[in-house]
Amino acid sequence: MRRYLIANLCCVGLVAFAIGCSSSEITLEDLEKAAAKVDVARLEGVDASGADAEVVEILDVEKPNLKFGFIKLTDCAPLVIAKEKGYFSDEGLNVEIEAQSNWKVLLDRVIDGQLDGAHMLAGQPIGATIGFGTQAHIITAYSLDYNGNGITVSNEIWSQMQENDPKLKSPTPQHPISADSLKPIVDSYKQEGKDFNMGMVFPVSTHNYEIRYWLAAAGIHPGMYSEENIQGTIDADVLLSVTPPPQMPGTLEAGTILGYCVGEPWNQQAVVKGIGVPVTTNYDIWKNNPEKVFGVTKQWNDEYPNTHVAVVKALIRAGKWLDETDADGNLVNRQEAAKLLSNKDYVGADEDVIDNSMTGTFVFQESDVRPMPDFNVFFKYYASYPHYSDCVWFLTQMRRWGQITEEKPASWYAEKAKDIYQPAIYRKAADMLISEGKASPNDFPGPDYDGYREPTTDFIDGKSYDAKKPIEYLNSFEIGNKDPEPLAKQ
Amino acid sequence: MNWRGNALKFCNVAGLPIVEPFIRLAAGEDVKEQFKSISKFILLPIAAIATFLFLWNAAAKTVVTDSMKLPSPSETWSAGTELFAMHQAQRAADKEQKQEKITEAIQLIAKANYLTAQAESADGERQEKLLANALVLKKKAVQAANYRPSSAPTFVDQIFTSLKTVFVGFVIATLIAVPIGVLCGMNPWCNAALTPFIQVFKPVSPLAWLPLAFLIIVWAYSGTKPGETFFEKAFLISAVTVSLCSLWPTLVNTTLGVASVDKDYMNVARVLKLSWSQQLFKIILPASLPLMFAGLRISLGVGWMVLIAADMLAQNPGLGKFVWDEFQNGSSQTYARIAFSVIIIGVIGLLLDRVMIFLRNLVSFGNPQAA
Repeated sequence: MRRYLIANLCCVGLVAFAIGCSSSEITLEDLEKAAAKVDVARLEGVDASGADAEVVEILDVEKPNLKFGFIKLTDCAPLVIAKEKGYFSDEGLNVEIEAQSNWKVLLDRVIDGQLDGAHMLAGQPIGATIGFGTQAHIITAYSLDYNGNGITVSNEIWSQMQENDPKLKSPTPQHPISADSLKPIVDSYKQEGKDFNMGMVFPVSTHNYEIRYWLAAAGIHPGMYSEENIQGTIDADVLLSVTPPPQMPGTLEAGTILGYCVGEPWNQQAVVKGIGVPVTTNYDIWKNNPEKVFGVTKQWNDEYPNTHVAVVKALIRAGKWLDETDADGNLVNRQEAAKLLSNKDYVGADEDVIDNSMTGTFVFQESDVRPMPDFNVFFKYYASYPHYSDCVWFLTQMRRWGQITEEKPASWYAEKAKDIYQPAIYRKAADMLISEGKASPNDFPGPDYDGYREPTTDFIDGKSYDAKKPIEYLNSFEIGNKDPEPLAKQ
Repeated sequence: MNWRGNALKFCNVAGLPIVEPFIRLAAGEDVKEQFKSISKFILLPIAAIATFLFLWNAAAKTVVTDSMKLPSPSETWSAGTELFAMHQAQRAADKEQKQEKITEAIQLIAKANYLTAQAESADGERQEKLLANALVLKKKAVQAANYRPSSAPTFVDQIFTSLKTVFVGFVIATLIAVPIGVLCGMNPWCNAALTPFIQVFKPVSPLAWLPLAFLIIVWAYSGTKPGETFFEKAFLISAVTVSLCSLWPTLVNTTLGVASVDKDYMNVARVLKLSWSQQLFKIILPASLPLMFAGLRISLGVGWMVLIAADMLAQNPGLGKFVWDEFQNGSSQTYARIAFSVIIIGVIGLLLDRVMIFLRNLVSFGNPQAA
């Protein structure tokens, strides 16, 4: 072993000397010369026996130097971990990940090619592909996580909610907390002619649909979109406005908004700094709901198909690492993840704010700390697989609130989901990882899986969602657009 | 006398009145007079800075909200030193990584050679697969050997990016503003035609220009892939925004400088029957240089200010992005780092200004102005 090391070091010196002499790039010949001195049999990963083991395909990566964008939120973790833990470089990828100032800038830069791909709101590829906002065909082959958002209200609104519902006064009130106790407050604002403002992060964000879901489940109208009104404020009891995630606590403190829906660490930041109280999380609104995806343009994928597979391979390994548990089911790597994420070039918030939610607990108030092992799910429950049914849910919400202005048949929902979600790429990456021994077949849905998760009733309003029946789901809501039944059969 | 005279002249041209009393002291001039200068140019500013720091420190104790806190001078200082330490650490890590990559490259080549050797003894599909893999490994090896660090730019990197951007923007602005300014100064008809544009576009804020600069750059670069072009899009958007905002002072001052060239000079030129280009290069341009440089100095100052704003808004690389990213971080260090960046931005602005004063005084033909 020692002899091998020395030989290697000599080679490094040799090559370094070659670079020193000429400013030009190192060529294959330089490397061949240096490598001629390495004892091949001792190399790690080389099967020296030369047995008839099956030859594993090595991906020919078209574009090794990549730049991905992200927004400062803990659910960008798979990207950060894949970089920091060397999963990208294992695939021969040299990845830079760059913080973006808001979701719009991020999307625009992916579309015009300044970024190769990005940590995106699950609604962004869908909105862009169907042409709400900026039109561009964006696809996803990797879902970054489930859950991870919360709804926070200001201290003042929280104490009024407690007045309206004495049960909330307990130091550990019962969850989930619905918006029922918020309704009288909103009504009194309306009576006085004052606007009740709340924040979400982007028109097609999960947050927008979640806060709308939560409000509407209690009979509070969050406003509709139409072709003319793209603010989504038609008939609104609560005016929802766009605020970039990191600015949420500050805007709440300034009194511009009275509550918001955002991802971590910006709910925990409000708790730690004492400026607001998270009332519910999206885990309570819909258990294991899709949240962020890794998005690239269709054109990029067509140009660099192997690169895309390599990226997804690295992300799968990162997701697996994040959700690793010990024998007792405790998440073992999350503290390290929180530490990595607190680096100023990533999320940048203090480690103790980030680890609040990352390590499987969620602090609602100082007295109310709930264990929530599934607050952030990155891999468990096949969370990283791009399920068509997740895409269809977003489409139903876009139709429900009028972002999709026309009635569409059920078949349209399924078609769009197939346009945007690309499980085939995920499958290829997963199969390669399995054959390399880095993942097991149990990590992924079986080969006969059609991409539709089981129908579920795990919603705060108890509604049942079957992605194969989008129109029926749409028509089950009291508030929002309803479509004629015949469309369901088409 | 000569070293004294030269040194004093240098101080004057470089705009460094602070050094002057020391030179005079060394030359043995009236001590009392010089101490008066020293106390005016050195002791008084020091006292003022001390007072400022004291007030800042006091403010840092009072300006505290639930989520934010004004950093004290000492916190700001330690945040700054930490930023530089982080830069050093990053550089060291990058270097180490590069070494590792070279080792990896050699291993990959060796593996590729091994696979090729194996392929010789194999046949059919297996041989094909092995050869394909060996090719890919070789490609990977070359990539690894020519690895460029992909770590996020540090504070120091951002300073250099900003300087580069402002310089490119300033050069573009100068190349546009000086010829047009000369044209307007020489020809009143031309001046009358362009005045409405100058008047309307001069007061426009950088933030309004930015989307248009974005549009133009994206258009100009459509059909190219990132990495293939000489400049990055984001970099050019910043630079173009800087030029759009900073070309006006140069333009206006050049026009004024050219228009107000002494009539006697022009009459002499006519008597000497100088050609048009001789008039331009021998008389008009030299005579209007001081005003032109006064304009360039204001332009550079405006450009630096605009650059920080453009970085912040458009996510372009540079100090503005650094400040914005820090603001988004919301960590306990955030505001100290921002305060430190503010000071660094100011100091760099000051240095740029000094350089321009120096250049202007160089062309002022013995009539230097201190500031």
